[in-house]
Amino acid sequence: MISLAGRDILHGWGKYVFTGMGLGLLIGVTLSMAGIYRGMVDDAAVLLDNSGADLWVVQQDTLGPYAEPSSLYDDLYRGILTLPGVAQAANVTYLTMQVRPAGDAARERRAMVVGVVPGGFGEPGQPRFLVAGRRLTRGHYEAVADLSTGFRLGEQVRIRRHLYRVVGLTRRNVSSGGDPMVFIPLKDAQEAQFLKDNDAIIQQRHRTAVNPLFNRPGQPEVLEAVLAAQTQSTSVNAVLVRLDAGADPDRVAADIRRWKRLGVYTRAEMNEILQAKLIATSARQIFMFLVILSLVSAAIVAFIIYTLTLGKIREIAILKLIGTRNRTIAAMILQQAIGLGLIGFVVGKTAATFWAPVFPKYVLLLPSDAARGLLVVVLICALASLFAIRTALRVDPAEAIGG
Amino acid sequence: MLFPTPNRRALALLSILLPLVLAAVWLALTSGPLAPVPVTVAVVEERAIAPALFGIGTIEARYRYRIGPTVAGRVRRVEVQVGDRVHAGQLLGEMDPVDLDERVAAQDAALRRAEAGVAAARAQVTDARARLEFAGAQVRRYEQLLQARTASEDTVEARRQEAQVAEAGLATALANLESAEQDLLRVRAEREALARQRGNLRLLAPVDGLVVARDAEPGSTVVAGQAVVELVDPATLWIDARFDQLGSGGLRAGLEARIALRSRPSETLAGSVLRVEPQADAVTEELRAKIAFARLPEPLPRLGELAEVTLALASQPPAPALPNAALQWRDGQLGVWRLVDAGPRFAAIETGLRDLDGWVQIGAGLTGGDRVVLYSQAPLRPGRSVKIVEAIPGVLR
Repeated sequence: MISLAGRDILHGWGKYVFTGMGLGLLIGVTLSMAGIYRGMVDDAAVLLDNSGADLWVVQQDTLGPYAEPSSLYDDLYRGILTLPGVAQAANVTYLTMQVRPAGDAARERRAMVVGVVPGGFGEPGQPRFLVAGRRLTRGHYEAVADLSTGFRLGEQVRIRRHLYRVVGLTRRNVSSGGDPMVFIPLKDAQEAQFLKDNDAIIQQRHRTAVNPLFNRPGQPEVLEAVLAAQTQSTSVNAVLVRLDAGADPDRVAADIRRWKRLGVYTRAEMNEILQAKLIATSARQIFMFLVILSLVSAAIVAFIIYTLTLGKIREIAILKLIGTRNRTIAAMILQQAIGLGLIGFVVGKTAATFWAPVFPKYVLLLPSDAARGLLVVVLICALASLFAIRTALRVDPAEAIGG
Repeated sequence: MLFPTPNRRALALLSILLPLVLAAVWLALTSGPLAPVPVTVAVVEERAIAPALFGIGTIEARYRYRIGPTVAGRVRRVEVQVGDRVHAGQLLGEMDPVDLDERVAAQDAALRRAEAGVAAARAQVTDARARLEFAGAQVRRYEQLLQARTASEDTVEARRQEAQVAEAGLATALANLESAEQDLLRVRAEREALARQRGNLRLLAPVDGLVVARDAEPGSTVVAGQAVVELVDPATLWIDARFDQLGSGGLRAGLEARIALRSRPSETLAGSVLRVEPQADAVTEELRAKIAFARLPEPLPRLGELAEVTLALASQPPAPALPNAALQWRDGQLGVWRLVDAGPRFAAIETGLRDLDGWVQIGAGLTGGDRVVLYSQAPLRPGRSVKIVEAIPGVLR
């Protein structure tokens, strides 16, 4: 027995393949939309992964540091370090702002500036891996930037009033909004964010010392008292805590919450904050669009298959006339429909993979999404062919002879 | 179902579908989770690490002279401007003397009067002395007359008494002279004291220096001890530098320093650590040190200017070392991804000294010649297939 479907396809293969390719581009757009949604969710997940933290300690009653502003004194980490179960604790600041290379304002980028304690290797908050250069070693004026900022090694970038030399590059270190990260030493970041850095403290001391109101001749103790009153700790946005192996995050979090009276989030809670609160609306927006696009694609697939079948209604009538069984005719239409879906899927997947890196924000094409997509495409094609089969089987064999 | 007999049409269809399928398979293998991660390789090498410290500070003057009056008063004039170079003893300004000049004039008059008094007393002494001589001569003459019996005893006695009176008169005159002379000394000393006070109102430079501040203008009133003019000795400029306490164990006096001023970032100046302050800053978690210039740059750095200081610590003997980018944290352990035949394997290591260029000495866990992952395009997992490349794709040079 010969394959009726194959023969029919070969008869008009050009039309068939190009229809499949057109369908494929549509499927590619749908897959890309799924990839954009996944990329958004992944941006949030990768933010947590890259921070390398088990617990986020933030200002009480805030959802910091990503979803809400949070401000903590920068010496709190010392107290947190003493708690049982805590292996490492590191101060960190986050500030999303415009960063531009020195002398080239046209390449300005929106970036999340992360202040980390320099000198360590992979402590919480630090980039997990680099793709070029080295980690921060100096306490000031160095930066490690994400590749997607477009900054080059050795280039100087301006953040507020200081120039920073890019000494290292990393990859996929982005904020939950997809902005690339730029890591700079903590003290510089504090200056950029709070303008209450060490320089400011020392300058404030000078300022007070030259003020004759405070620095009274013959009364040196006035100045000392005023300076002591001005000395206050600087702030950070969060303390990232890494736990000892085997420590229970919830128990340590409860300890910090109870005894330090600070806000604490475990990884699961932070994930919930990012996914359910921070990116929820925009993710749902994309998801809604994905659903509509899928429905439209399904409808178009159904129409195409239906019109393809209607196009050869005369041939089907002849087949019925020569006594072909209904089952054979139905199988032919079903096979053609599924074949069309497969071609479309392969073209779509390939196209999506090719154009995904061109998108300005991350597009994550998951293999599971692809498998799910394949299943849905085949199902839709099968469903769509049902209508076509119904029409084909109802055709009057007399039509074959122009009746 | 049989595959259709190959003919021209089938071949044409295949020639389109097959590349499509191949492209899809190729993409799945190169860009999906099955694709090998591009990595670059670093080889552990014996390397002498020259650790260094990096700090920032401001230019300060070691000696700062705040010149002002010792008593409250009004500024009469200020002779110098900020930026002037002055030499030791130069007049910087003067306080208003109020009535001091008049009091000096009065003292001058008193002095002249005292001098006249002394002259009068001297004349009195001469007069008394002349009277005494005359009286003595009269006594001698009348004594001779008494021997010749031409004068009475009574007359001689009278002459003797006159001589005694003259003697007493001389003593009085001499005492007067002494008194007048002492009075002159007193008045002269008082005049001197007033002149000193007058001189004290003149503000003089104690050393050769540079005027950095002019805090009071003529006419303003200042209290005792308040500065009118501030001087620094420009030869004694130093940097008050701060170093993060983290890793600053090697900070000590005498270390070579490279200094970059914020106004001239590309220029490197030489210097050395003069001293490390015994007191660290508890709030900012920094150590403080004073850095002296080997040779003062021209033009002089401005006081308060920001300076970056890099200190070279003593070079250490060679030991296995790696760039710090290779070090990663995994499951609570610091380590590197060793490249073995089966793929990358995480190996815990201990680190030793590190320098500012990003090299870290490896204390234990690796030996020279071991190959480890330096950069990777994505986080690694044990057994994840990797592809060794020269540079990670996408890195701009």
